[in-house]
Amino acid sequence: MNWKKKGTIGLRKRPVNLLDIIMDHTTVINTVQEKFNSFEKGLNGEANSLLHKARKGSLESLSKNGFPKGGKDEEYKYTDLTSPLVKDFIEILGQTEESKESFEDLIDYDLDANIVVFVNGQFSNELSKIISPETQIKIASLAKESNSEAISHSNESGAQADGFLLLNNAFAQDGAIITIPRNVTVEKPVVIYYISDATKRKSLVQPRNVFMAEENSEVQIIESFKSKGTNENFTNTSTQIKVEKNARVQHAKLQIELDEAYHVGNTQVLQEDGSTFTNTTITFGGKSIRNNLDIEIDGSGAEANMFGLFVLNEKQHVDNHTSVDHKKPHSLSNEFYKGILDDSSEGVFNGKIFVRQDAQKTNAFQSNNNILLSDKATINTKPQLEIWADDVKCSHGATTGQIDENQMFYLRARGLDKDHARAILLHAFAQEVIDKIKIEPLKDFLTKKLEERLSDEL
Amino acid sequence: MLKIENLQASVEEKQILNGINLEVKAGEVHAIMGPNGSGKSTLASVLAGKEEYEVEGGKVDFNGIDLLELAPEERAREGIFLAFQYPVEIPGVSTTNFLKTAINQVREHKGLDKLDAVSFLKLMKEKMKLVEIDQSLLSRSLNEGFSGGEKKRNEIFQMAMLEPKLAILDETDSGLDIDALRIVANGVNKLRSSENATIVVTHYQRLLDYIVPDFVHVLYNGRIVKSGTKELALELEEKGYDWIKEEASQLA
Repeated sequence: MNWKKKGTIGLRKRPVNLLDIIMDHTTVINTVQEKFNSFEKGLNGEANSLLHKARKGSLESLSKNGFPKGGKDEEYKYTDLTSPLVKDFIEILGQTEESKESFEDLIDYDLDANIVVFVNGQFSNELSKIISPETQIKIASLAKESNSEAISHSNESGAQADGFLLLNNAFAQDGAIITIPRNVTVEKPVVIYYISDATKRKSLVQPRNVFMAEENSEVQIIESFKSKGTNENFTNTSTQIKVEKNARVQHAKLQIELDEAYHVGNTQVLQEDGSTFTNTTITFGGKSIRNNLDIEIDGSGAEANMFGLFVLNEKQHVDNHTSVDHKKPHSLSNEFYKGILDDSSEGVFNGKIFVRQDAQKTNAFQSNNNILLSDKATINTKPQLEIWADDVKCSHGATTGQIDENQMFYLRARGLDKDHARAILLHAFAQEVIDKIKIEPLKDFLTKKLEERLSDEL
Repeated sequence: MLKIENLQASVEEKQILNGINLEVKAGEVHAIMGPNGSGKSTLASVLAGKEEYEVEGGKVDFNGIDLLELAPEERAREGIFLAFQYPVEIPGVSTTNFLKTAINQVREHKGLDKLDAVSFLKLMKEKMKLVEIDQSLLSRSLNEGFSGGEKKRNEIFQMAMLEPKLAILDETDSGLDIDALRIVANGVNKLRSSENATIVVTHYQRLLDYIVPDFVHVLYNGRIVKSGTKELALELEEKGYDWIKEEASQLA
């Protein structure tokens, strides 16, 4: 069935019903199924692999559950990424574009780091550069993996798993399983570039990666999402991170050079006893973004940090949904998100904290502070705490305001013009998030990027 | 240098200044005293250009320029400096951090070259001595966790850096112990010259033992009701403000 053509005619005659026609569950799922069949044909004998079995399972769940209804479903009340996906990208679902572009300008090879590059979801051996020895980092292909744990459906039971994640799991061509062996401290950070090439045509990319930090290992992982070209692009990504006993993982997600990008990102983390995990999510670019960060603390004495900063303007939309699930006693989670919103940009913050009955002596803190620079900018912030244990310390707070007038006056009374005074205050506000990053070169890099981003505001 | 004529101002529709007249010449130190709520701090804020104060009438001429027409930063660049009674805390912004930009914007206005990092540091070192302030304090978040003395010393340090023509010290003595007071006053005195002028706003005579004024004015109900020399301050210290209030009510 050519649903797109039908939709276009519908648009001319009865514009009101267009969405209903396109978004009709059965129509959408049938299309996804068709696309899956052609995707499967192109797999060349890989159809019996463990990964492909998992894909089929995910497709089945997706057929049942469908996609979240943007603007309707509680979890997607303020964010509709289903409409653009279904209207503009489903036709290219499962197709891989070989890219002939050069991306060297998007990759910082001067970094003293391991560089792993994915272009349109495909691992690029040429563009990647691994400097740590194999005894420190093991990189394997998800498609060839026989370790069922790594590619199980475990991620689909996550607190925020939804149709987008199922779609990713059903169509993920390949991905990397990056393992840090026991007791290893990887000295050089691992920087992963996900590049969407939208130079010649629009693109839909669904990378899926798994990180395993084995017992007592330590690693810094930076995931940087970038797009090239002026066509629209949609990235629907899944990152799973397992932080085993006493392991320490610093993880950053960067969304900086992403012009016309739609992005749904699922980061799912499992923490064991005594582990430390820190995620920092920085968003300056992109058109419409949804970040799901799920942390399951299935261990005692563990620490989870969630830091986030978004600086938005024009019509940008960014939705950060985080969830931390305390399952065992004596763990700590600490969340700190800040947003600066200008023009008619929109921000969403939703922070879920679950403290199970067994998780006594849990400490969980959450704060979200925002500055609105324009009357048209909006922020929807919602803390969501569900606590079943009685001996816990939990706190949450959210503030939204304008720039402090007394601080502005103070700086102007010293001779600074309005724009500079404002830039200094905004920089200080945002820098507080960046200062929490423990990866020094990244901190310096982001400080510079923040300065550039805020000077655009002048 | 500064000529205030019949200045009237209000905040939140409440008239605070009811016609101030004051002339300050280069080289002079003027003290403005008065009971709480008489409008002393309002006068200081209006001169610095705080926007929540509405000027209802009158004129302020500063070296031939209509001061009331200027934005706060333009006044600063013309040479007005306000040492705040309650300096704000600005988390994440250090004194060094904003002062370099401030000084260079002021210098640009004066047609001077920008200071490079080395000359800025040299100037800082020189002025730091003046108010006995430590460099580590200047690299910390502005006023966050500063003691009362540190806050005021930092204000005078900034004044030394910016070299204003007219410095307005708003209750600079409040919250200071005697040692801090001496250091702050000492800094102010060293900066005095025949080219610049100072307005000291204070409730107590104490500060005037250290910064000796040429003229003392008493502000009451938004008007200057009495002017004199430094002896007036001593008289106020001895007799309080009640006799001023009585005199003023008899006149009215």
